[in-house]
Amino acid sequence: MPLDIPAVRLTGIAPEIALCATALLLLVIDAVLGERRNRWYLPALASIGLGLSIYFATEAWGTTRLELSGMVAVDGFASFVKITLAVFGLLTVWLGRDFLVRERAEEGEFYGLVLFAVAGMMLMAGAADLIVVFLALETFSLALYVLVGFRRRSLLSQESSMKYFLLGSFSTAFFLLGIAFVYGAVGSTNLYGGEDGPGIVSSFMATGASDVGLLILAMGLLIVGLGFKVAAVPFHMWTPDAYQGAPSPVTGFMAAGSKIAGFAALLRLLDVTLYPLREDWRPLVIGVAVLTMVVGSVLAVVQEDVKRLLAYSSIAHAGFVFTGLIAANDRGVSGSLFYLATYGITVLGAFAVVAVLSGRDDEKVTLRDYRGLFYDRPLLAGALTLFLLSLAGVPVTSGFVAKLVVFGAAIQEGYWWLAVVGMVTSAIAAFFYLKVLVVMYMQEKETEDAERVRSGPLSTGVIGLAALATIVLGLYWGPLIDVAERATLFFAGG
Amino acid sequence: MTDVPPGYFLALAGLMFTIGVIGVLVRRNAIVLFMFIELMLNAVNLVFVTFARMKGNIDGQVLVFFVLVVAAAEVVVGLAIIMLIARRRASANVDDVRLLKW
Repeated sequence: MPLDIPAVRLTGIAPEIALCATALLLLVIDAVLGERRNRWYLPALASIGLGLSIYFATEAWGTTRLELSGMVAVDGFASFVKITLAVFGLLTVWLGRDFLVRERAEEGEFYGLVLFAVAGMMLMAGAADLIVVFLALETFSLALYVLVGFRRRSLLSQESSMKYFLLGSFSTAFFLLGIAFVYGAVGSTNLYGGEDGPGIVSSFMATGASDVGLLILAMGLLIVGLGFKVAAVPFHMWTPDAYQGAPSPVTGFMAAGSKIAGFAALLRLLDVTLYPLREDWRPLVIGVAVLTMVVGSVLAVVQEDVKRLLAYSSIAHAGFVFTGLIAANDRGVSGSLFYLATYGITVLGAFAVVAVLSGRDDEKVTLRDYRGLFYDRPLLAGALTLFLLSLAGVPVTSGFVAKLVVFGAAIQEGYWWLAVVGMVTSAIAAFFYLKVLVVMYMQEKETEDAERVRSGPLSTGVIGLAALATIVLGLYWGPLIDVAERATLFFAGG
Repeated sequence: MTDVPPGYFLALAGLMFTIGVIGVLVRRNAIVLFMFIELMLNAVNLVFVTFARMKGNIDGQVLVFFVLVVAAAEVVVGLAIIMLIARRRASANVDDVRLLKW
């Protein structure tokens, strides 16, 4: 029997391959060169790998095709998300370097795991088959479970790692059951379908509405699985714990990266593949969105720990992105992309400041430790102010523009009341961001620090870059929104 | 060979999945929790295989291999994390793990 070997072109996953290859090389180099005092070559190599993946992702910009027998999509949407993720990865690597050197815990594995996580997240953006979504989800989740527990001496870090792991695999099982039900309902798990085989929607149209109940049940389970990753209520329980226990640079990376990766898969699944069934999934997603916005904003108010506060804020932000997803029009999708990119950079900047301020062992993270910060370290306090204002959505920052775009998209589809809920919860959220500002500017410092942790050059650079991006995108948002819109133009192709 | 109706397999898978969910919710030992999660994954595998037979295409059976491999990778990472904690605390009870709250 002649064996028909399908043509394999790896260009579709070139950014991911570049990252995985670099990560493996990095681990080998670290093992060969062994313990040295200054291992500058590790972050340098990681940066080169991330730079290569940006290059490959830019190469793919402007094409729309399915690769690897319809398993991955190569389109503007995927390229946009991949480039954004690589930028997040770069910031994380630089920030992590300073942090690890300070904590005397630098290991080659850190950079390797960050690269693997970025690769998995990138695959989420390009996945055109549910089983690839599953593989990508597990790839970046497994890397993150370990990264969360990276402060090995800290019990807190280990606890959060275990909680994140147990709840994460629990939710994965539901996600997988969702895939099984999709397969049972339509006999295929492909998001697009085409010459290589049937897709979910085309099979569904062909067989008629006989299995629509099973498909809707499956949809719900898939939303549970992905909702867990983007920290949507009621699947958010892990978020504050994991955020608090993880090393601060990793927390920033989780907030920025797993959010955009999870939403990339949700956007492709709901707004493209299941678009014909939008009247069926919308009520469910609207419920999740409203709950997420309200619970995230309200519970953040009572937090005393800055990392937990930012965790609840990240939950609320997931809710805001959902409004763009629910709109399911071009503006909604491009708005969500813009939102996720700007939010990611801002939140990475905020956690960079937290990482510097947290001091040895990453422990000074309560609001009390921030008292009178402005008089002590005006530049850091100023940068944190900027990031918090952007997260609150104050004009002249990127956060304001982002909220405007997603709420605008929701109003365009007639969901004006959803936008109203968003604005009210934004107002509640502004309260706790202001609370931090009050503590920083208007309260006296209690005790003098025994030792003052200096911000390393890389951390300073990351904070500066993030602050610059927050301001610039708040004033000249046009170009990035343009790019995000062009990313959605060839989004539906396939 | 007599033909067992696919509904039986699905019922069995549903039972396994439910036992898994209940186990995760009521048991307190991290390793036992993890075993119940594995049970859920295997229930899903059974669903895949059953649907593959009902639909008459091989995709579902292929998917099972992916799930098996990922589950194995998950065990490696998961047991390492649980071991790390158990060594420090001499217990794998999740109720002892409560430094983090609210």
